[in-house]
Amino acid sequence: MAGDKWINWVWVSADERAKPRPPVVLIFNWLLAFLLLALLCFFSFSQLRYNWNWDTVGGYSNFFWRGWLNTLRISSLALVLSTVIGFLAALARRSGLLVLRAISRLYVELVRGTPLLVQISFAFYVVADAFHFENRFAVGLFTLSLFSGAFISEIIRGGIESIGSSQLESARAIGLTRLQTYRYVIFPQAIRVILPALAGMFANLIKDSSLLSVISIEEFTWNAQQVSALTYSNFECYIPLAIGYLVLTLPITLWTQWLEKRTRYET
Amino acid sequence: MRLKVTNVSKSFGDQAVLRQVNLELERVHTLALIGPSGGGKSTLLRIIAGLEKPDEGQISLNDKGITFREKELMAHRRSIGTVFQAYNLFPHLTALQNITLPLEKVHHYEPAEARQLAGEILERFQLSEHSHKSPAQLSGGQRQRVAIARAVSIKPKLLLFDEPTSALDPEMTAEVLQLIEELREEGRDLMIVTHQMGFAHRIADQIALLSGGRIAELGPPSQVLEEPRSEVTRQFLAKILKY
Repeated sequence: MAGDKWINWVWVSADERAKPRPPVVLIFNWLLAFLLLALLCFFSFSQLRYNWNWDTVGGYSNFFWRGWLNTLRISSLALVLSTVIGFLAALARRSGLLVLRAISRLYVELVRGTPLLVQISFAFYVVADAFHFENRFAVGLFTLSLFSGAFISEIIRGGIESIGSSQLESARAIGLTRLQTYRYVIFPQAIRVILPALAGMFANLIKDSSLLSVISIEEFTWNAQQVSALTYSNFECYIPLAIGYLVLTLPITLWTQWLEKRTRYET
Repeated sequence: MRLKVTNVSKSFGDQAVLRQVNLELERVHTLALIGPSGGGKSTLLRIIAGLEKPDEGQISLNDKGITFREKELMAHRRSIGTVFQAYNLFPHLTALQNITLPLEKVHHYEPAEARQLAGEILERFQLSEHSHKSPAQLSGGQRQRVAIARAVSIKPKLLLFDEPTSALDPEMTAEVLQLIEELREEGRDLMIVTHQMGFAHRIADQIALLSGGRIAELGPPSQVLEEPRSEVTRQFLAKILKY
């Protein structure tokens, strides 16, 4: 059916959009998309007067490698820490103690409403400095986790609030305590809503970690900038940088989509 | 059961739902609460279930007063089985796990013990083949029967039903009502809020009609439904029997 008319290779009419497409058609269109992108890149770079200097930059490959590993390390630690912070902030938001609610709200709104760049500079040059705390890595990790934690707390809160009141009523009627209700009723159900969003958040976190370069933490971006400065080259550093981040974020994005699909089918 | 309700009032905002309700029952196994919507029957049941606190008044069940403080209410709720209109079950657990959860976490059964007891009850309720299905895989009637199995499994001193068949179609309603009737024949104490007059007539020892937050009439089914003494009851019955 795909071969009948050439139009079927590139266009699906509105009433057939729910149907699956033959694999050859899918592959053809993906290749077409890549081709268009390649053409755009090829044209743009061909217009550029630039002396490519891959050999010199190539000599610094272990710089990139080290930075990439550092980024992976910071991001992983920040993911764990920000999940803990987000979780606590979400619980605080539902606490009976009103001041906790206010603190949680204040934290979330301040952090979500201001640029990470400002937060990092403020945390390192003002707060850490005031306490004579000089561990850049720790300050960076903590600031990034606080930043990410604000978004995660909203994700978790959304997950908790997605559980209907009839579920809470049932839990109360059978005599579960508040803690047991969270443990056995709310979280097992909320996790399905939370997990896809959380995975997507991790991809953001990895890219956001690049801003830690402003306080000279030796992560991927900072190392690329160093090589760039040492070798007077730009794109030879930024292209590997982009690819390095993509290698980390793309699997997560695909995993997120898979999780979202799975959640949809279960409900 | 012996139930004594003394001067119980309850308002939600400025909406008075129960006004100085008094009710005294001696050696009654099954009480049906009927009456128009908003008449206060569900609220009275929920107060007796320990899910709602009255603004004033006292309630004693089997000569034991209910203390309306969260800690005591928790213990009270744990000694009572409550079944709601719908959505009783936890969708992430199987039918069997829905029953074992309170047995293990609230009543401190060993997991194996809890599974065995839950299995026995499901078998008695002819639900064995569904024990490993999730609620989404069960029909509405099966879900309610599992919910009743869960309420029964803890050996409650009283079973409360809040319109247990209102969300079901007629065929499923029949299977659930039949199960409730079987429980009555076992000699359990039941209290049920229902709109099914025929069913109330059949199983109740006493029927209380609540209207406007007051008990309009209390008596055996033959009296309340066939020879009502109060004007409110007559009007209510005339209205529902018309269609």
